[in-house]
Amino acid sequence: MSHHTTPNKTFWTPANILTAVILAVGLALTVKRFTMGIGSVTNLTDDNPWGIWIGFDLLCGVALAAGGYTTSAAVYLFGMKKYHSAVRPAITTAFLGYAFVVFALLYDLGRYYRLPYPLTIYPGPTSFLFEVGLCVALYLTVLAIEFSPALWETLRWKKLRFWAHSLTLVLTIFGVVLSTLHQSSLGGLYLLAPSKLHPLWYSPYLTLFFFLSSIPAGLSMVIFEGGLSHKFLHHKMDETHIKEAPGVTLGFAKAAAVVLFAYFNLKWIGVALDNNWHHLATGWGTWFLVEMFGFVLVPCMMYAVAAREKNQKLAFYASIVTVLGIVLNRLNISLVAFNWQLPSELRYVPSWEEIMITVFIVTLEITVLRICLNKLPILHEHPEFKGAH
Amino acid sequence: MKRRKFIGMLAGAGACLAASSATAGGTHHFKGYPESFGVLFDSTKCIGCRKCEAACNKVNELPAQPVPFDDLTVLDKRRRTHHDTFTVVNKYEIGNKPVYRKQQCNHCLEPACASACFVGAFVKDKTGAVSYDASKCVGCRYCMIACPFEVPTYEYHDPITPRVRKCTMCQPRIEEGKLPGCVEDCPKGALVFGRREDLLNIARERIRKHPNNYVDHIYGEREMGGTSWMYISGVPFEKIGMREDLGITPAPELTSGALSIVPAIVGLWPVFLTGAYALTKRRDKIAEEEQHHAVAEAVAEAQAEAAKKAKAAMDKAEREKQSAIDREVKKALKEAEEARLKAETPADPSEQ
Repeated sequence: MSHHTTPNKTFWTPANILTAVILAVGLALTVKRFTMGIGSVTNLTDDNPWGIWIGFDLLCGVALAAGGYTTSAAVYLFGMKKYHSAVRPAITTAFLGYAFVVFALLYDLGRYYRLPYPLTIYPGPTSFLFEVGLCVALYLTVLAIEFSPALWETLRWKKLRFWAHSLTLVLTIFGVVLSTLHQSSLGGLYLLAPSKLHPLWYSPYLTLFFFLSSIPAGLSMVIFEGGLSHKFLHHKMDETHIKEAPGVTLGFAKAAAVVLFAYFNLKWIGVALDNNWHHLATGWGTWFLVEMFGFVLVPCMMYAVAAREKNQKLAFYASIVTVLGIVLNRLNISLVAFNWQLPSELRYVPSWEEIMITVFIVTLEITVLRICLNKLPILHEHPEFKGAH
Repeated sequence: MKRRKFIGMLAGAGACLAASSATAGGTHHFKGYPESFGVLFDSTKCIGCRKCEAACNKVNELPAQPVPFDDLTVLDKRRRTHHDTFTVVNKYEIGNKPVYRKQQCNHCLEPACASACFVGAFVKDKTGAVSYDASKCVGCRYCMIACPFEVPTYEYHDPITPRVRKCTMCQPRIEEGKLPGCVEDCPKGALVFGRREDLLNIARERIRKHPNNYVDHIYGEREMGGTSWMYISGVPFEKIGMREDLGITPAPELTSGALSIVPAIVGLWPVFLTGAYALTKRRDKIAEEEQHHAVAEAVAEAQAEAAKKAKAAMDKAEREKQSAIDREVKKALKEAEEARLKAETPADPSEQ
């Protein structure tokens, strides 16, 4: 392990200046949102009650944080110990991902201070949103405990670390159960709106689609972030992490290829189930085909080739296409193909201010993630806890 | 690993979720509250006077509108309900003749908004009204996503206590024995208030008596499982802005199937995952045992081989030693023999 710090390097790098500007604008807009209402910063209307704060911050945020449960399940439940070094970065990303999903939700909720209501005072169990809320709350707790050993190690609180670590198996199983439920429930939200979501995207299988696609989403984020860490945080990684990284990338690439293919097949069964073939000949159909072939089948093939040829670079590019594909899919369902029958002047286009708040939240998340990766034993083992897993 | 504790925790979580979704996964058929009220709107009688809008504004104490209610030019523009307008009348030109249609909450028998709400802020009342309780609302606006009639609206500019707003069917007035505001003020009898069953009969009777004036369909009798507010019309409903592709499935049924899988996942997934873990453990253990076994075998084999080699070497050495002794003995014997012969030979002549 190495702690190289360059004392003469200035804090005001271009990246940090940009971060500071975004955070400043974001804070100003936050004040506006919470003093003048949601309507003061968004283009939301009575016809379009959910915009990018739900479509991107919530739906994409949760899907892309799926690396936590997929990686820990692979290592702790299915015994793929060679991926062990990927667990901590994945859990960290997932924990921050969910924490910021909840944070972003506060902007979107009209009465954000009542966020615990569904769990405590007035449960509404007929709603898929109730399931989402319950599972996300529980899973955030699970992730916090799973993430905590990195903190306890830094603080040298050995007892707490031991306690948190002894729960690993239970937490992993809980994590998979809760993730299965809330990943699928996000798709389930739209089951209630068959008249508003375009038939090519609406399906009784929506829950299954969302769950299944969350797996390659999570795996791809692990590959993607692994690639970035290698580039920018190489000095923070210990030998085990560096040695195991290609195995993680190629192993996850193989898994992602398999699941993407299963998802690709299931999506067509979904089209066949409701006999929606005739929609494929329309403009919406073209857009659907772009999503299906360009952002499901193409990355699936890229991953398959990458795994076979042991080509890490190709796997990295495939992860980018998959992540874009997941974002495209979630935005299609929540915004693009939603309210497709409304006349174009009534359709929703986000305002620059709500886009800016989303950028602000993502920037905040990346900043916290950078601090964690730099300060905590995540890409390397803490010297006092070597091999203590 | 405290296995008992772990299973207990899982069972607790499972029971919690299972109980919570049992209500949604039911298989019974809900026909609506038998004595509930409703309103029948007859578009052939509506003249677009906006009296209903004015009445609604008054009884609900909504803010004054920018355009007064006697200004009918607003009818030329397509309008929808708003957080301070619970009902609007729209005009549709059909064959150069204007047809008017009133719009407000349809008060579904099994409302999508109530099914969507995760705090139970929407309740279908036995009067027939779908009521909203702002004291529970979190402001997620899922009700607005869910409503197939695009009814609930929102106070987007209220930063602290925004409410969802929609027609209440004048539930408080009904409970006082009064008519809903709009019905009371309608000058043309385009709105009829009564028990839903009676309204259906009135509608059927009008269609039967004047088959040329009406389309043979009561909108709201079965749409989305049926609504308390119903419509009859002389022109196809889709021409007056009403979707005819909504189907007759009540909203809760759209999600009940998928929700009923939740307890199954909670019940089965931990078992499968624990099984997967156990299999992995066992696989590792077997692999380890096999490795031990193989190592032991290899060691034994090597030892046996070494022993064999040692023995062979010993034997060889023994043999060599023996043959050396033999050789030495032979040599000694030979020497002794030679010495004896040598000693005997010169002695012979001297003895003669």
